[in-house]
Amino acid sequence: MSEVLLRLEGVHTHIGRYHILHGVDLLVPRGELTMLLGRNGAGKSTTLRTIMGLWKASEGRISFGGQDITAAATPDIAQAGIAYVPENMGIFADLTVRENLILAARRGEIDPARLRWVFGLFPALETFWSLAAGVLSGGQKQMLAIARAIIEPRELLLVDEPTKGLAPAIIMNMISAFRELKAAGETILLVEQNFTAAKMLGDGVAIMDDGRIVHAGTMAELAEDAGLQQRLLGPSMDTHQ
Amino acid sequence: MTAVAVTLPPKPKVDWVPLAIVPVLALIALPLVGSFSTWVTLTVAALAMGMMIFLMASGLTLVFGLMDVINFGHGVFISIGAYLALLVLGPMAAWVASDSVIENVIVLLACIGVAMAGTGALGWAFERVVVRPVYGQHLKQILITMGGLIVAEQMIHVVWGASPIPISLPTTFRGAFVVGEAAVERYRVIAVVLGLLVFAAMYLVLNRTRIGLLIRAGVENAEMVEALGYRIRRLFVGVFIVGSGLAGLGGVMWAFYRQTLTAGMGMEVNVLIFIVIIVGGLGSIGGCFIGSLLVALIANYTGFLVPKLALVSNILLMVIVLLWRPQGLYPVAKR
Ligand SMILES: Nc1ncnc2c1ncn2[C@@H]1O[C@H](COP(=O)(O)OP(=O)(O)O)[C@@H](O)[C@H]1O
Ligand SMILES: [Mg+2]
Repeated sequence: MSEVLLRLEGVHTHIGRYHILHGVDLLVPRGELTMLLGRNGAGKSTTLRTIMGLWKASEGRISFGGQDITAAATPDIAQAGIAYVPENMGIFADLTVRENLILAARRGEIDPARLRWVFGLFPALETFWSLAAGVLSGGQKQMLAIARAIIEPRELLLVDEPTKGLAPAIIMNMISAFRELKAAGETILLVEQNFTAAKMLGDGVAIMDDGRIVHAGTMAELAEDAGLQQRLLGPSMDTHQ
Repeated sequence: MTAVAVTLPPKPKVDWVPLAIVPVLALIALPLVGSFSTWVTLTVAALAMGMMIFLMASGLTLVFGLMDVINFGHGVFISIGAYLALLVLGPMAAWVASDSVIENVIVLLACIGVAMAGTGALGWAFERVVVRPVYGQHLKQILITMGGLIVAEQMIHVVWGASPIPISLPTTFRGAFVVGEAAVERYRVIAVVLGLLVFAAMYLVLNRTRIGLLIRAGVENAEMVEALGYRIRRLFVGVFIVGSGLAGLGGVMWAFYRQTLTAGMGMEVNVLIFIVIIVGGLGSIGGCFIGSLLVALIANYTGFLVPKLALVSNILLMVIVLLWRPQGLYPVAKR
């Protein structure tokens, strides 16, 4: 296994008076795509939000590239090199596609070569460049949200259920985009409900239940072991999509 | 049958309907008022009043949009801004009465400068001391900012006394232009021009600069702006300071319009500016502008046609607008 980029150790998160995460341990190795799976309500989104500092861990430690970010403010965590695509995509609907992307470019201008690469992944964004993001379809919004996260190189991408609610053809499109990101050497922590997509993309996998990691290993191993899948994910994993 | 349908999004359109209401309302009022010259006078007065209300309300709508902060204390900056003009008008009394256009203009600009700098600084302190401890708690915000308003009003009584203070306009700005049979007060025209300039400047900053882009994004989804690596708090403090300064500017202009200072003037306008930002759509500068004009037109026309309705007319306007568009004329897309 290569160098660990992100490490969560015994992370607890409270939202108001609810205790949501009960000691999450998670490793994300550099240069790999780590899948985070688990049934609805298991705590996957809460884990990503806690990494981003949008919820504060009440206990435990989160380190990123050796740096302790447990108590860091969200903008500092972003500046340290983590890009985040939330479950609701966080698109600015009144801003144009261009403005959405320009915001993610910290110096205010987008590198043309990088932009061409992003257009290659998601051609729709070039077509709708100067339209308000609010008028895009669900799949196009998701593409914009991911494009915003990769418009400049970052160390780590956190992506929350990018295939949620998308038509099968668009999901295939999304999967090939992630394949290309992997080929480009990006480190990704990807939350997914769609097991087919997960099987095609994951290097490592962690499975959550009830605010804890209940299994961690390689995707290949999980994909081959139907019994393990059945026990950890239940029979209906693929019907979620 | 393998082709994937490419769904073309609809062309975005400028929403002209709220914009059109302003001239339509003015035209409807014309036959009701009867006399063209009276109508011109009323309409210009309303436009001037609308611009001043816009100056006072614009900061408030952004403050709410960015951080969900309900600031009932915004009226503080209006009153204090107006009273700060006294610091200029006293020592420069000779220039107020002088016939020199240049001296008159300098007096007005000095009043504006002192008021804006003073209320901007006060806004910075108000944000730290009063608003910051109650982020995210609406009920406490309402109570403590109301408290701030009352304290400020009493402070004005202490410093400048409780009775109204008459102020006079510099000579150049007094009197009226006569257009046909209608008399149009000079100062009103100046208020309209100044309001338009500020609106244009705000529009350019919001739509053509990076700070403006961050503000528009922050009004939609502050959390996502932070997740992209920007400190929304810093942006918010900046907006709060500028908004307070603009309220101070509105206060000075309003005071010259009425030619009287009263400690309660901020409190009186407070209700009006809340109606304006609700009618316009919370967080929307364009909505705030149209809302200000509508509120002022309605107030002036009903004040002339059915004075008994003048007080409730704006509440009525708000009810009608909200029945039509529950989020206001220009709803801001919220996460
Ligand atoms: N804002 C919130 N307030 C209270 N409870 C929440 C909130 N967000 C999530 N939860 C609860 O936390 C648990 C985990 O949610 P989440 O992290 O969204 O799960 P997942 O992403 O795995 O579906 C759920 O039981 C959910 O009801
Ligand atoms: Mg989730």
